[in-house]
Amino acid sequence: MLTLLRNAKFRGILFQVLFVLAVIGVLIAAVSVASKNISAQGMSAGFGFLERSTGFNIGFSVIEYSSNSSYGRLITVGIVNTVLLGTIGIVLANIVGLSVAMLRTASNESLRLLGAIYVETFRNVPLILQAIFWYSIVTNLPSPREAINPFAGVFLTSRGFFLPWINVHGWAIAIAMASIVAGLILSLWIGRSRRGAQIAVGRRKALRRGVWTVCGVVVVVALIQGRIPETSFVTVPQVKGLNFRGGISLPPEMSALMIAITLYGGAYISEIVRAGLQSVSRGQTEAAQSLGISAWHIFTRIRLPLAFRAVLPSLTNQYVWLFKATTLGIAVGYTDLFAVISVSINQSGQTFELIGILMLAFLIMNNAISFTFNQINRAIAIRGTQNRG
Amino acid sequence: MANEKSSPLPNQHPALGARLVQRFFRTPLDSVISTVTLTVLAYLAYHVLDWAVFNAIWTTPDGTSEVCRGVDGACWAVIQQRWRLILFGLFPYQEQWRSSLACVLLVVIVVMSCLPTFWTALRLTLIWVIGFIGFFLLMRGGIFGMSVIAPSEWGGLTLTAFFFVTCVLIGMPLAIALALLRRSPLPVVSGGAAIVIDCVRSLPLVTILFTAALILPFVLPGWLLGDKIWRVILGFALFYAVYQAEIIRGGIQSLPGGQDEAAKALGLSYFHRVTRIILPQAFRNALPPTINQLVITFKETSLIVIIGFFDVLASGSAAFGTGEWSFAYTEVYIFVALIYFVFVFSLSRYGAYLERRMRVGTN
Repeated sequence: MLTLLRNAKFRGILFQVLFVLAVIGVLIAAVSVASKNISAQGMSAGFGFLERSTGFNIGFSVIEYSSNSSYGRLITVGIVNTVLLGTIGIVLANIVGLSVAMLRTASNESLRLLGAIYVETFRNVPLILQAIFWYSIVTNLPSPREAINPFAGVFLTSRGFFLPWINVHGWAIAIAMASIVAGLILSLWIGRSRRGAQIAVGRRKALRRGVWTVCGVVVVVALIQGRIPETSFVTVPQVKGLNFRGGISLPPEMSALMIAITLYGGAYISEIVRAGLQSVSRGQTEAAQSLGISAWHIFTRIRLPLAFRAVLPSLTNQYVWLFKATTLGIAVGYTDLFAVISVSINQSGQTFELIGILMLAFLIMNNAISFTFNQINRAIAIRGTQNRG
Repeated sequence: MANEKSSPLPNQHPALGARLVQRFFRTPLDSVISTVTLTVLAYLAYHVLDWAVFNAIWTTPDGTSEVCRGVDGACWAVIQQRWRLILFGLFPYQEQWRSSLACVLLVVIVVMSCLPTFWTALRLTLIWVIGFIGFFLLMRGGIFGMSVIAPSEWGGLTLTAFFFVTCVLIGMPLAIALALLRRSPLPVVSGGAAIVIDCVRSLPLVTILFTAALILPFVLPGWLLGDKIWRVILGFALFYAVYQAEIIRGGIQSLPGGQDEAAKALGLSYFHRVTRIILPQAFRNALPPTINQLVITFKETSLIVIIGFFDVLASGSAAFGTGEWSFAYTEVYIFVALIYFVFVFSLSRYGAYLERRMRVGTN
C-alpha cells in the first residue's frame, strides 16, 4: 500500500477521485438542505411561474409591459433594458475614451493636463457613488415647465431628458441598427483582417461599396416600412400641460446611470487606448511623415489601427466589465435584469430558478461579447513571432 | 569636440517662467490652443472655488440649516454637523474613540506594508494578522472592560475599511490556492479551478453578494450559517480571489521554465519550490496589476450598500436624508467622493512608483 502511494501516477488519480467525490458530496448536501428548506416554507420548485402574471408594474420598459404580463415577459424586459443600457454605455464610453486618449497623447501640454484632470477625477471615485450623485442632480433639475434647453429640441428636466426622435416602430429601428452594425463589422473585416488583405485593392473597395449599399437599402426600407401611419417622420418634444409630448424621453434613472457609466468607463477606456497609442513606435509616425501623409491620416490610418490591435484584449475585458456594471441600476431604480430578478424573487419566492436565470443570462451575454471580440482579435492579430515594433 | 566646447550647454534648469513658456507656448498654434484650454480650465476652477470656498458656509452656529438658506455657495456645515455619522455610522457615541483608533491602526499597517523593510512573507503576514486582530478587538470590544459591539452595528468609513481588509486577507491565500490549482498537472483539478474562476469572473459582483446574503441561507445547514456580514465577506473575497488568481497565474507564467526545473533538479519538494522559488518571483512580476486590483476592490466595497449594509456611502445618504439637510446632497456626496479619492489616488500613485522602481531593478 505504501509503495502504491509513492507512485506519482497512482497518487494523482487517487487525488482526483477524492476531489470529485468531495465536490459531489458538497453538492448533494447543499441540494438536500435546500429542498428541505424549500418544502419547509411551502414553496414549489420549477419554471411554471414564468407563465404566471406578475401583478405589479415597473418603471421603465422599451417593450410593452403591464401588471398583467407574465414573469417571463418581465425577465425579457430586464434583459432588453440591460442590453440597451450596456450598448449605449459602450458606444458613448468609447467616444469619450477615444477623445480623452487623443487629448492625453496630444503634443500640447495644456491638452494633456485637461485629459489628466478628467481621468483622475472620474477614475478614482466608485461608480455607484457617481451614479447616485448624477441621479440626485437629474432629479433636482427644474420641472418640465422650466426645462433647461441647451440645444433646440433637447430638454433636461427632473422627469428625465427629452430628445427629438423618429415616428418609427421599435422593430424597424432595431433592424436598421443591426444592419448598420453588420455593415461596419463587414467593412472593417474586409479592410483589416488577413483574409481581407488577400483580396486585390480595387475589388476590396468595390466589395465595401457593395456592403454599404446593401446596408443603406435595408435601413431605408426598414424605416419606410416601420413608419407609424399618420404621423410626421420626426417628432420634437413640446410642453403639453405638466409634461412633454412627442420625441423620446430618457427617464432620470437611465440618464443618471448612462452619464455615470459613460464618464467612468470613458476614463478607463482612455487609459487603455492611451497605452495602445504609446505602444506604437515612433518610427511608424516618422516613416508616415516622411512619406508626406497628413497628420489626420497618420492618426486614423496608422497609429489608431496599430494601437487598436495592441489593446483589443484589454478593451474586451473593459466592455465585459461595462456590461456587468449595468447591474448598479438597482441603486438608482433602473429596471435592469438584476433589479427585475430581485423584485421577482421578493414577489414570487422562486429564488433558485430566478438566480439561475440571472447567472445564465450574464454568462451568455458576457461570453458573447468576449467571443465576438476574440474573433475580431484573431482576425487582425499578427501571425508568427516576428517583431514589428 | 571643438564645436561642442564653443556652444554653451543648454540650460538644464531654466527659470520657472521660461519653462512654462517652453511647455505651453512653443509654437503659435500651441499658444492658441494653450490659451483657450487654460482659459477654460481657469474659468472652471474659478467657478468651483467660488462655490466650494469663497461663498461657502463652513459652520452653523445653532446646529440647524438656517444659515445655508439662500446662499449661492456650498453648505459645508452639513459635514460639520454630521461627520461622525458619515465616518462611524451608528456606532455608539461614547465608544467612537475605539472606531477612530481602529482606523488609525489600519492606516499604520497599510503604510508599514508599503515600506520595503516589511516585504518578506513572514513580516507581512505578522503585521497584518496582529494589526487585524487589534482592529477587530478594538471594534468588537469584550476585553479590558470595553462593551461588546457586534459587526452588524458597525458602520460608515470603519465598516468600509473593515470589509476591504478582511476581503483581501481572506482572498489573497484563496487566490494563491486557486492559481496553483489551475496550474496543476491533474486535469480534473485544473479544470475544476478553471470553471470556478471563469464562472465567477463573468458574473457581476452584485449577484455574488446577493447570493451570499439571501440565497446561501437556503443551502447551508443552520450551524454553518453565521452572520450575514461574514457570508457577504466570503462572497466578496471569492470575487476578489478569482481576479487575483489570474494575476498571480500571469506572474507565474512569465517566469522562465528553467526556474522550476532547476529547483526540481536540486531535489526541492513541491512546497519549497512554490514558496521559495516560484511565488516570490511571481509576486514581483504581478505587483503592478495586484495594486490595480486592490484599488478596484476598494472602490467596489461601496457595492455592499445595495444589500443593506451601512457603509460610508449609505451613512452619507443618511447624513442628508433627514429633511433638514436634504438640499445638501451635493456637499455630502463630494465629501464621500473625496474620502475615496484620497485613498484610491494615493494607492494608485504608489503603484506607479513601484512600477518605476521595479523597472530600475530589472534593467
